Amino acid sequence: MKITQSAKKRPGPVLFSEYTRGEGIKQALNKSREDILFDLRTSGLKGRGGAGFPLATKWMITAAAVADKKYLVCNADEGEPGTFKDRVLLTEYPELVFDGMVIGGYITGAQTGIVYLRGEYEYMLEFLEDYLMKMREDNLLGKNITGKKGFNFDISIRLGSGAYVCGEETALIESLEGHRGEPRNRPPYPVNTGYMGYPTSVNNVETLSAVPHIVLKGGNWFKHFGTDKSTGSKLFSVSGDCDRPGVYELPWGTSIRQLLKIVDAKNTKAVQVGGASGVCIPKSQFDRILAYEDAATGGSVIVFNESRNMLKVLKNFMEFFVEESCGQCTPCRIGNTKLLEGVEKIEKNEFTFAYLNTLKELGRTMQLASKCGLGQSSPNSFISILESFKDEIFFAGRKGGSDGKA
Amino acid sequence: MLVLEKNQLSEDIEELIEKFGADRSALLPILQTVQTKYKCISGFAQQEIARLMNIHPVEVHSVVTFYSFLHEKPQGRNIVRLCRTISCDMAGKTDVESSLKRELGINFGETTPDNRVTLERTNCLGMCDQGPAMLVNEKVFTHLTPESAVKILSELK
Repeated sequence: MKITQSAKKRPGPVLFSEYTRGEGIKQALNKSREDILFDLRTSGLKGRGGAGFPLATKWMITAAAVADKKYLVCNADEGEPGTFKDRVLLTEYPELVFDGMVIGGYITGAQTGIVYLRGEYEYMLEFLEDYLMKMREDNLLGKNITGKKGFNFDISIRLGSGAYVCGEETALIESLEGHRGEPRNRPPYPVNTGYMGYPTSVNNVETLSAVPHIVLKGGNWFKHFGTDKSTGSKLFSVSGDCDRPGVYELPWGTSIRQLLKIVDAKNTKAVQVGGASGVCIPKSQFDRILAYEDAATGGSVIVFNESRNMLKVLKNFMEFFVEESCGQCTPCRIGNTKLLEGVEKIEKNEFTFAYLNTLKELGRTMQLASKCGLGQSSPNSFISILESFKDEIFFAGRKGGSDGKA
Repeated sequence: MLVLEKNQLSEDIEELIEKFGADRSALLPILQTVQTKYKCISGFAQQEIARLMNIHPVEVHSVVTFYSFLHEKPQGRNIVRLCRTISCDMAGKTDVESSLKRELGINFGETTPDNRVTLERTNCLGMCDQGPAMLVNEKVFTHLTPESAVKILSELK
């Protein structure tokens, strides 16, 4: 398959606003590192992968670390069910991602950038490699970038091999180092001890894509979108029961009801915000807003209409976690299996409520005791779906498939 | 495996080490390349990689068994991976699934007797807005119907 960059047509206030390749880099190299960090801090930009760590802080710590080598890793291992914003950014807006990486290299002092591209996106590899080649030809990568003496930075792309957990930053680093993708204990954090033991900043594709815009237009301009605690805009990957699925750039603080209207969703019963590891929001709460402080999401929004069986949806999620748990820590490895068993027992009508309460307790234990975000968030949908849809699941007619069929 | 084939494999691995380096961080790219060419990373290949990279064979084995795109047992010439995640499921994955199984006469996780196709399920392919979707080797196909999925299969060599 040949990917070619198409003419820009997506509407959006920040990421999808106009941008020419290299502009951000040139502007950044005319400024001091401190000025850019100040702008980033003003902007309030937080990590877009889901955890929401302030970018300025991460880059400041990486910049302050003393080491003879530093790395900047772009986390393109987007595996959360229902997320496809990185696919759109990488294939339609690669200039934002790569320019963001170069600026990150300038600020943190890293000379090597690595894109960890998920194995499923191997079809993009050729296009991205060609793109990097062109950047090298135009001196936007390589030695003394755009004539700035002493600033060297280059980017290489590494492929994943089909492991969801590698989206966790320390698992990703393990994978880059040639090990099983098992998360590490933190601290030490990658900003101090990352790839090969060197200070490493791991950033989501979308976070990096916002950087060139902030460098050009300033932190105050960025902050002006969104809410107080969640500044800027977010790419939402909308799929499921709606007429216009796709990627939408909307300011943080958009309510679920507004979003459903934009994507033309009808007869909506529930919305899964944040993918399998997120929470399921029933109709009664559609006025909640998408933001770090309310319904947080790495971008995934899955819409369910009235015909869907929420128990089947939950089963699909739990099967996912059982498969993708790396197996390193017990709460996650055994816990997810037990939760899936519970869902299967509900399906067969072989459960007691006492047993389900024990499972919910187990879920809360997993949230506390699991080593990484996978096990800490996998009980979210179990707890929220059983809570919000107990009438449908336990009492009312139990019919209909997740595909709308019996 | 014939001795000649073994020699060929060892030579290939040596070449890969020259290309990617003998450092541990080169392990995954090397395994991925061997997987693509030989459709599996056999016990012998694992031992050779371990010997030439100077790491313990068990370490190589632990990595091979961790990643779902790396296999110890031979896979078919083509690997078809159907997305099983909820959005594709809701878009009609089940019908595509049964048409793939019927057409090939195998279940998911199996390979056709003529070694042409291995059928697998996979988690989210990032094509949720265009589901149902599947990966055929590294290419992605979207908006599948039972009919179009079978047509794609028929074009595989």
